[in-house]
Amino acid sequence: MMKVWEVYPLRVAFLSIPAALLISAVAITLLPPSVSFWVSGAVFVFSAFLFVAYAWGRHAGGLLVAPAIALLFIMNIFPLLWSFGLSFFHYRANRLAPPRFAGLHYYEKVLTDPVVWDRLQVTAQLVVLTVSLQMIVGFLLAMLFAKQFPLRRVLLILVLTPMMLSFVAVGAFFRYYYEPTFGLLSQAVRVFTGEPFVLLQSTAGAIAGIVFADAWMWSPFVMLLVLAGLVSVPKYLYEAASIDRISHWRRFWNITFPYVRSLLMLALLFRTIEAFKLFDVVFLLTEGGPGTSTETIAVYVYRVSFQYFKTSESAALAYILLFTVIVLTNLYLYFANQRNRT
Amino acid sequence: MSATDKKSLAERLGLKVYSGVGNAGWGRTLFAAVISFIYFFPVFWIILTAFKTHNDALAIPPKFIFSPTFENFVAVFSRAYSAGAAAQDTGFALYFFNSVFIAGTSVLLALAIGTLAAFGFSRYPLRGNDTYLFIILTTRMLPAIVVIIPIFLMFRVAGLSGTYIGVILLYTAFNLPFTIWMMKSFFDELSPDVEDAARIDGSSDRRVFFKICLPQVKAGLAATAVFGLILTWNEFLFALLLTGVDTRTVPVAMAQTIGGDIGVRWGLLAAIETLFLIPVIVVTFMLQNHLLRGVTFGTIKR
Repeated sequence: MMKVWEVYPLRVAFLSIPAALLISAVAITLLPPSVSFWVSGAVFVFSAFLFVAYAWGRHAGGLLVAPAIALLFIMNIFPLLWSFGLSFFHYRANRLAPPRFAGLHYYEKVLTDPVVWDRLQVTAQLVVLTVSLQMIVGFLLAMLFAKQFPLRRVLLILVLTPMMLSFVAVGAFFRYYYEPTFGLLSQAVRVFTGEPFVLLQSTAGAIAGIVFADAWMWSPFVMLLVLAGLVSVPKYLYEAASIDRISHWRRFWNITFPYVRSLLMLALLFRTIEAFKLFDVVFLLTEGGPGTSTETIAVYVYRVSFQYFKTSESAALAYILLFTVIVLTNLYLYFANQRNRT
Repeated sequence: MSATDKKSLAERLGLKVYSGVGNAGWGRTLFAAVISFIYFFPVFWIILTAFKTHNDALAIPPKFIFSPTFENFVAVFSRAYSAGAAAQDTGFALYFFNSVFIAGTSVLLALAIGTLAAFGFSRYPLRGNDTYLFIILTTRMLPAIVVIIPIFLMFRVAGLSGTYIGVILLYTAFNLPFTIWMMKSFFDELSPDVEDAARIDGSSDRRVFFKICLPQVKAGLAATAVFGLILTWNEFLFALLLTGVDTRTVPVAMAQTIGGDIGVRWGLLAAIETLFLIPVIVVTFMLQNHLLRGVTFGTIKR
C-alpha cells in the first residue's frame, strides 16, 4: 500500500504549514520566549524540509533559490513583519510589560510630530547639498578622466579610493582635520585670522563639515557612472562634429550629454537613496550636534529606538522610511532596466 | 585578475593607449596628477600621521618632514601607554581577527548560497521572478537602522546577540542580495550556446552548472567575493548594535576610540586606520574593471 506522502507529497507539505503554525502558537503561549523561539524555528525547518523533498528533481529553479530566500526571510523579512506588528502596539524593549494594542496611534503620532518633520527637513537639506555637490564634482572629475592619457589608471585609483573606505575611517579622518587646536583646517584658518577655528560649533559649520566629508567620499561614485557614459560615446560622432566645425558647447550638449543623461539620472537616484540613510558620518562627526541641528532622520530613529527605547514609535517611523526607500528603489530599477535594454 | 582581463603590465599602468573618447598627452597627466593628489590628500596625510610620534602628530604647524617611527604600529598590537596611565591593552589584535573572521566566513556563505540562487534566477525563471529580485534588492537598500530594530529584538529573544553565529548569520543575509544581483549579472552575460550543446550531449544540470557555467564566471566570483569582503569589513551600524565585547569588529572599536574628546591618541588611531585601509586600497586596484558593476550592485554593467 502506498503511503499518503508518496501519493500527495505537495498536499502533505502544504498541510505542514498550518500544523507548524499551530505548534508554534502553542509553544509561544506555554513556553518562555527563548525556548519557544527555537521550537517554532525547528517546526518551520521541518515544514521547509517537506517542500524541499517534494521539489527535489522536479523544480530546479525553486530549489536553487530556496536557501537564499529562506535566509533573507529569516534575517530580513520576518523581523520587518515583526516590527510592523509592533508598530500597532504599545511596547518598549527595555520594559517587561507585555505589548498593549494601540491601533494607528503611533503612525498618527509620528506623522504629526513636529520633531520628526524637523529631522526630515535636516535630512532633506543635507541630501540636497551633498548630492548636488557630488554630482558637480563627480562630473568634473569624469571630464578630467574621460580622455586616455599616460598613467590614467594609476591616478584613477587615487581618486576612486575614498568611495571604498569605511564611513568610520572617513569620520575619524575628518574629526582629526576639523580638530580645533591642531587640526589642519583650524591651522589653515589661523594663518589668516590668528584665532583657532572650531568648525563643528556652529550649525552652518557642522552642516558644511558633514557635506564636505560625504561629498569627498561619494563624488568618485558619480564620476565612475558618468565615465561609463562618456566612454560609450562612439568616436565617429566627434569626428563628424569636427568636420562640421561644430562649437565645443554644442558638441557637448548634442553628442556627449545624451549618452551621459541616463547615467546621471541613475547616479542621482542612487546617491539620493544612500544620502537619505546618512547615519555613520553624522554619528561620528557631530553626533547630531550642535543641539539637534544636524540630526538626520536615521540618527533620530537610532536615538528613539536605542537610547529612549520607544520601540513602537521607532517601528512606525521606520516603516515610513521603508516606504520612501521602496519608492525610490523602484524608480531606480525602472531607469536602470530602461538603460540596460537599449 | 583572471583570464578575462589579462593585460600586459604597460596596459595595466595606462602607459599604452587602448580605448577612450580621445587621447590626451602628458600635459593632461600632469594636470590630473595634481588634482588626484589633492583628492587623495586626506588619506595620504593619515598614513603619514601613522608614522609620527605622538608629539609630531599634534605639532603646530603640521610637520611634513619628520623622522618616521613604527611605534604606533607596535602599540596597536601590544600594550599602549596613554599619558600618565597604566599600560592598557588596545585589544586590536582581537578586533582585527574578528573583522577578518566574520567578513571571511559570511562572504563565503553568502557566495555559496547566492551563486546558486543567482543561477536559479538567471536560468530557471520563476513566476514573479522580477518581483523576487526587487524584494531582494530592497532589503539591501533599506536604511540599516530600519532593519536593525526588529533584528535586535529577535536576537535578544534567541540569545544570539554578541555571538559569532548571530553576527555571521546577519552579515551573510546582508551580503546575499548583493551577491545574487552581482552573480546574476555575470550569469546573464554568458552565451547559452555552450550550455545547450552540453545538454544535447547529455550533461546533467548539475554538470552544466559546475563544469560549464561556473568556470566562465570565475572572475565574477572573485570580484563579488572581494566586494562583499570590503562591504562587510567597512560595515558599522550592525556591528555597533549586535557585537559583544569579544566579537567586536575594527570599525566599532575605532569609533569607540574617537568617542572620548580628550586624550584621543591620534597617532595610534592613524596607525589603526592605515592597517584598516591598506587591504581596501590594494583591492580597489585589483577590482578596477568591476568597480562600476560592484558599487551599483550589478544593476549597471558598463
